[in-house]
Amino acid sequence: MPIPLSTTLLFAILLVAAAASPQGSHIKQYPSTVPVEHARNATHLQGLMQLLPHTMLEVVSRAKVLLGTAAENATPVGLLQAVRDFWDLLKPGGKLHPTYIIEHQGHLVFEVVLTVVIAYLLFQRSYKPSAKQEKPLTEKEMDELCAEWQPEPLCGPLTDAQRNFEPPVISSAAGAYVVANGKKALNMVSFNFLGVAGDISIKEAARATINKYGVGSCGPRGFYGTIDVHLDLEERLARFMGTEESIIYSYDLATIPSVLPAFANAKDLIVCDEGVSFPIQNGCHLSRASIRRFRHNDMADLERVLQEVDVEYRRLRKPLNRRFIVVEGIYLHSGDLAPLADIYRLKEKYKYRLVVDESLALGVLGEHGRGACEHWGLRAGDAEIVSASIGNALGSVGGFCAGDREIVDHQRLSGLGYCFSASLPPFLATAAIGALDVLESDAPRLLPALAFNARLLRSRLADIPGVEVEGTPRDAVSPVAHVRLAEQPDAPDQAQVLLQRVVDAALKRGGVLFTVHRMSPLDRVRSAPSIRVVVTAMHTEKDVLKAVAALTAGVKEVCKVSRVATRSSYMTLGGT
Amino acid sequence: MASWTILFIMGHIRDLFRRRYTPDRKGYAPIRQDYEDFYTRRMFYRIHDCWNRPICSAPDSHIDVMERTPVNGQKPLTLTGRVRRCLNLGSYNYLGFAASDEYCTPRVLETMNSYGWAMCSSRLDAGTTPVHMELETAVAEFVGKEAALTFGMGFATNSIVLPALVGKGGLIISDSLNHASIVAGARGSGAKVKVFAHNDVDHLESVLWKAIAEGQPRMRRPWKKILIVVEGVYSMEGEAAKLAAIVAVKRKYKAYLYLDEAHSIGALGKGGRGACEAQGVDPADVDIMMGTFTKSFGSCGGYIAGDRDLIAYLRSVAPGHYYATSMAPPAAQQIISALQVIRGDDGTDRGARKIAALHENSNYFRQRLQEMGCNVLGDWDSPVMPLMLFNPGKIAATSRLCWERGVALVVVGFPATPLLTARARICISASHTRKDLDYALEVLSEACDLVMTKYHASKKMLTNGAHVMVNGH
Repeated sequence: MPIPLSTTLLFAILLVAAAASPQGSHIKQYPSTVPVEHARNATHLQGLMQLLPHTMLEVVSRAKVLLGTAAENATPVGLLQAVRDFWDLLKPGGKLHPTYIIEHQGHLVFEVVLTVVIAYLLFQRSYKPSAKQEKPLTEKEMDELCAEWQPEPLCGPLTDAQRNFEPPVISSAAGAYVVANGKKALNMVSFNFLGVAGDISIKEAARATINKYGVGSCGPRGFYGTIDVHLDLEERLARFMGTEESIIYSYDLATIPSVLPAFANAKDLIVCDEGVSFPIQNGCHLSRASIRRFRHNDMADLERVLQEVDVEYRRLRKPLNRRFIVVEGIYLHSGDLAPLADIYRLKEKYKYRLVVDESLALGVLGEHGRGACEHWGLRAGDAEIVSASIGNALGSVGGFCAGDREIVDHQRLSGLGYCFSASLPPFLATAAIGALDVLESDAPRLLPALAFNARLLRSRLADIPGVEVEGTPRDAVSPVAHVRLAEQPDAPDQAQVLLQRVVDAALKRGGVLFTVHRMSPLDRVRSAPSIRVVVTAMHTEKDVLKAVAALTAGVKEVCKVSRVATRSSYMTLGGT
Repeated sequence: MASWTILFIMGHIRDLFRRRYTPDRKGYAPIRQDYEDFYTRRMFYRIHDCWNRPICSAPDSHIDVMERTPVNGQKPLTLTGRVRRCLNLGSYNYLGFAASDEYCTPRVLETMNSYGWAMCSSRLDAGTTPVHMELETAVAEFVGKEAALTFGMGFATNSIVLPALVGKGGLIISDSLNHASIVAGARGSGAKVKVFAHNDVDHLESVLWKAIAEGQPRMRRPWKKILIVVEGVYSMEGEAAKLAAIVAVKRKYKAYLYLDEAHSIGALGKGGRGACEAQGVDPADVDIMMGTFTKSFGSCGGYIAGDRDLIAYLRSVAPGHYYATSMAPPAAQQIISALQVIRGDDGTDRGARKIAALHENSNYFRQRLQEMGCNVLGDWDSPVMPLMLFNPGKIAATSRLCWERGVALVVVGFPATPLLTARARICISASHTRKDLDYALEVLSEACDLVMTKYHASKKMLTNGAHVMVNGH
């Protein structure tokens, strides 16, 4: 029979109390009137047997006398005397005082009583509220519940804006100029930072690869899906990044979500910036590690979080676990740079490992284009895990992770997106190798041109009335600029609608392709809507100015329209 | 098994010393926990020559496998520079579109001329080309749905779309042998996940029945929605989901059905339209059809097909549509062209012949293996054929014996399968000739004799025991 916890506890407490009570030394100082020697000479039980009647009789007789006196002389003096007599019995030294009783083996009485109570409780049936109150569902009831159940529709509700939004259709390669919706337009959207996604020599190499290997790889890397060009690309990427090895994934959105869970699990800790992009959020979630976030690019807040963790782990004496700080070189959601020099200092101080997603910074920042780590003066290996998309500056599809052999090798069996997915189509690997060739040979020309364009674009965008550009002066080299309305409209979706109109106007009348930076509802980050303007090394100064002019005109046109619309809506309100 | 146990014990003894002699960075926990990569260090590295064999040709019926140095401790294997021509029993090249194709390749190259090879942008921004639009229309039409949405990677299609469909308060009921991408998607969704015994429709029904009646755990509220996730052909089993029965259950309980056709699209059914066609199930009864282009179509990426509203909703929710680089236009064109061949839109019956050849090859190979006394799992017509080895010690022996005789075989063990159900997985292609298959059978027969994996050979003695092993794993 199960013993209820409460009974067990009670039992334990009583036993302790009973065992401790006779040894209380303070008890002995009270004088006693009962023949102590007699009690001591007898065994406990004998003493008890003899003592009990003695004490009880005396108490009873005293009580009788008291009651009798009280009844006979029902005067105030008589009552007072009765109370005094009773107090004599009860006070320390009196025969009804607990100390006296315990001193004279009276505790044995308690112990016997308590043991009986405990035994009684132990043999009680344990109390189960659910067993008494709720009977399990019968099959019939379950059938009824099943019949009653109505699911929600498979897809959630859609707003008209969502339903009607059609992305532009691009019917050309992703160059500086594209054909968008059938019209030639200046391309300020693609992350083709170095202009490699149209390079003739790369195209020839990709063509040769398709002729030799076909398009798909038809298997995961482990099962004959490793093609020599994959090995070449991995070696080239490792050499370029200055690390021991690198590993390629076939999709940018599956790279970080495979890397993080390979190293972090439920016992580990990830500290990440609040503004990180979706793949990092997804990776953190899939790893099941505990996650702390710090305010976007706020180093004081990062230090606060690290300190808090430190204090907490010391206090709770938690075992040493793997700890990671995860940031992006250039943030997709805001276009600004993570201050990696400060982050590196903090991560060394608090002994974290640093994970940097260089997706937008690779081929953009640093003297050789190695990304944000190089830009901030970190050596290869200072950030233990570096991952990046090869779909942006390297103009291909997929992603990679670079690091020590230990880091990379572990992913070859533990990176989900690596083990359980077909490998990258070989021609895309060839294209990425071609892009690395371009980057290695032309970096001294391309990277300064890109930085110049970025500075020019940001300074000119800042001059447009009615909008502001996200970022601080240290972000001037970032070629991804987020342009927000200076005054946010009250309605939540209104800003996005307005910005979309600006984008449409710029395409229609200015001949420039922009895009509103949209965020999936599954994304944690909720920032004010923005137009994301991307400049590349291919753009000329004239192109940049043209883009800025088109955006200025668009903003002017749409904001005027919206003001009119607002006024007319007021008028309608007034009229009704 | 004894060998495995010895390795296991020795590994742990070696680990004791390893821990003593390899100091970690001070103040940092080791990046790889001992228990996490114990298998890698102590088991996998002894036989890692059986996997990741690089090739330097198209993954067609024969492949050029690059030779590597023999296993030497935990050092990486280096290429010797020699190449061995092998018969390919490993690639998912079911319809033989992996190699250069007379119809597809010129069109692919033409697309690359007009659109390049990458758009450097997501589908929502500037990554949508007419090729992507055409692909989505073609796929929707092919699988028999109103609309479709494509992503650049099959794994990510599952891991991205499942969280968009079901979230907190929802329930995903998943087959116990579903692919890792479905597991990742289900875990990422925040929904509660329940598992039913592999391909056991009765168990599925009882799980569903109980789940609906009980409601959400602790909260006791009714589920928001319930999604059953099954695969057209299970990649490690070669079996198809029992669709008709599952559809009946799903209808009875108003659950939604998500069908992953990664291995069945293009391969099953007379017209290659997948598990629905093969089992005579109306595609309208399957709410979400998912599949990949890596296998039968010889390209990359995955699709989701469904009602127009569902696809519009996914376009506005799925992160893959927002953030991932859009599919390479040449890869998309490869799929369109392959689809045209399969449907006969190229003006020939090449597609129909490919599908017929695939089924014929698969059934021939399966039957011959069974006659040899091998323990083969899977259904007829299915091009995936797991050849059971059971004992993990037999993995490397089988693989190396075949490799020495010029047959590239995929072997699978823990952690991809349970420890005691190691297997070799054979993928048959339409591009295999009868001669190729006969040669492969000859080699396999010899290898199976040597490692003693013809478990059914002495059928008279073993009939019952072997069947228990097949069904009870």
